[in-house]
Amino acid sequence: MALSHLSSTRSNRLLRPLAAAASSLCRPISTSTEPLVIETSIPFTPHKCEPPSRSVETNPQELLTFFRDMATMRRMEIAADSLYKAKLIRGFCHLYDGQEAVCVGMEASINKKDCIITAYRDHCTFLGRGGTLLEIFSELMGRQGGCSKGKGGSMHFYKKESGFYGGHGIVGAQVPLGCGLAFAQKYNKDENATFALYGDGAANQGQLFEALNISALWDLPIILVCENNHYGMGTAEWRAAKSPSYYKRGDYVPGLKVDGMDVLAVKQACKFAKEHVLKNGPIILEMDTYRYHGHSMSDPGSTYRTRDEISGVRQERDPIERVRKLVLGHDLATEKELKDIEKEIRKEVDEAIAKAKESPMPEPSELFTNVYVKGFGTESFGADRKELRATLP
Amino acid sequence: MFRILTQRVLGQSLLQQGIRPGAVASASRCFASAAKDLTVREALNSALNEEMSADPRVLLMGEEVGEYQGAYKITKGLLDKYGPDRVLDTPITEAGFTGIAVGAAYHGLRPVVEFMTFNFAMQAIDHIINSAAKTYYMSTGQISVPIVFRGPNGAAAGVGAQHSQCYASWYASCPGLKVLAPYSSEDARGLLKAAIRDPDPVVFLENELLYGEAFPVSAEVLDSNFALPIGKAKIEREGKDVTITAFSKMVGFALKAAEILDKEGISAEVINLRSIRPLDRATINASVRKTNRLVTVEEGFPQHGVGAEICTSVVEESFGYLDAPVERIAGADVPMPYAANLERLALPQVEDIVRAAKRACYRSVPMAAAA
Repeated sequence: MALSHLSSTRSNRLLRPLAAAASSLCRPISTSTEPLVIETSIPFTPHKCEPPSRSVETNPQELLTFFRDMATMRRMEIAADSLYKAKLIRGFCHLYDGQEAVCVGMEASINKKDCIITAYRDHCTFLGRGGTLLEIFSELMGRQGGCSKGKGGSMHFYKKESGFYGGHGIVGAQVPLGCGLAFAQKYNKDENATFALYGDGAANQGQLFEALNISALWDLPIILVCENNHYGMGTAEWRAAKSPSYYKRGDYVPGLKVDGMDVLAVKQACKFAKEHVLKNGPIILEMDTYRYHGHSMSDPGSTYRTRDEISGVRQERDPIERVRKLVLGHDLATEKELKDIEKEIRKEVDEAIAKAKESPMPEPSELFTNVYVKGFGTESFGADRKELRATLP
Repeated sequence: MFRILTQRVLGQSLLQQGIRPGAVASASRCFASAAKDLTVREALNSALNEEMSADPRVLLMGEEVGEYQGAYKITKGLLDKYGPDRVLDTPITEAGFTGIAVGAAYHGLRPVVEFMTFNFAMQAIDHIINSAAKTYYMSTGQISVPIVFRGPNGAAAGVGAQHSQCYASWYASCPGLKVLAPYSSEDARGLLKAAIRDPDPVVFLENELLYGEAFPVSAEVLDSNFALPIGKAKIEREGKDVTITAFSKMVGFALKAAEILDKEGISAEVINLRSIRPLDRATINASVRKTNRLVTVEEGFPQHGVGAEICTSVVEESFGYLDAPVERIAGADVPMPYAANLERLALPQVEDIVRAAKRACYRSVPMAAAA
């Protein structure tokens, strides 16, 4: 098909008003599935494998979906920031803004029988797996309408029916768990794979290498995805890892380094990875990405990074802006249409928050539910067992 | 060790032979109708075999469980029968393979993870507690974790400090886990089958020194449908003067102590806990309300141990019934020494249980001078 023509040229802009008039009659916005081939920002860097092509097949509908999904995630995380500062969200709140392209690109290449497992920066990953804004905000505020009925909190979102296995608070633990999901998929002879996401901080965890060794021995369909945002909490990658080339850390396991701010590159890499692991066992994808917020809401994020660095990434590499440029450059929508989408999203998010605020806190009896699947009538106790006790069904 | 189990049916004939009936279990049925001897090892092996046969989702994972036939031969023959897809030898990487097993359980398989001993499980304890025990609660019922963690627990013989710890009280303090500790072959079969069928994470604490011991078991115990209830203790020996609680190997010691006490006119009721979590507080309290005196016995470290929980439960629920302070027999408050004489001092012996029971009955001899 036609090569990409990344042109926001003056002539294009001049033509736009005419085009707009004509196009409102005949240009299909966001519904065309006419294939479009776009090059990734940079080539993939391989380790012990042949990298996939830089040319990614997409279409206008997909690009506009990318825009909408990432913009929704961005808006959601910023709204969560405000809710946290208003003390409606308590405890830990780890925001994903800046990293949206990773989960959105991944979703575009997989289905809901493939599994995803991640750590605690999971709000957007959950949304990508089919979660709703209402479930998310309710859970963050500890309400019944939350995806974990208020009992999990920010770090413990799950959606088993669409292959999302959490939501884990212990750094690195999700990687062996993810290898276990892949084990089960292979055991059941599913033709599906698991993506286990972890950060550059977790990449040094011993259990990761233990699980990778077993996965390679047993040929498990597991893709380890290092979301390298270059900081493990306040520690820069070069202070934590002797070798911050995380895509190479698998040694005997092949790897690929990907521009994690380019949603099309992510999509291509994940598609490649899934095909690879179903035949050849594990692979590591390193997504070069960035988080605008600090590690969590307790971390301003600027004591170990310069504001110039943060704003520099925002200007040069923002994943949403990249897609906006593509959409405008290929004339798939107007600036106004994109802004309208963003306005719509803002409204959706605000409505979800308002509705979430109406959801009640869990009933006190919920303290004692779901401790066991089968409690055998055993007793459980509150702080003063002569005052509060319950029978576990 | 040959233990006399009687039923009401056999009780008469045994009495006629001049053999005193050891236990007539009223709180729970006693299955020794037609005695066939089964070692604990055979009991565990047969339980694993039957459950793997019944449910294709059950699989075994651990070090040496396959080709080596099991470090203690518990999994003997299972690789040949079920193949390498279901009996998996792992590298020596507890954190890794335990995490993998828990993840497999998230997805719906039913792994049985063998730890060569529970000392090594400490390397995987984050997955047992944070990944397995708490997930059903955190996901409010979306993700259940039907996994069994099994292996030898507590002291063996002469294996030293790093290989001798009892983890019953650590695991039993965690909501979301079930913790079982079999003593006899009947316990081993019934509780392991129940554990594998259970939809929640179960920590199954065996004892290396019991593996070779044979116990008589009835036809009912040998049936493939046999299982014991989780959360129910068994009264191994009825008595009326003092209650002795124990689990795992200590049950045998408690029964020996009961024999000795019996000759001195003290009738001890021996409770085999079987289930450390859920703890059968009802059976324990009912017994103490009957006997008014309690001795708790365990092999593990004393501080914050199982006996401490049992004592508190009895003080909370049956204070008025106690005629004497609760006595606690436990392992010594030191890392396990190697020398045989010190090791003996570090573990409860039958005479310790006898002495404590006598103290509870105000029949003790004067205390030895402090060391």
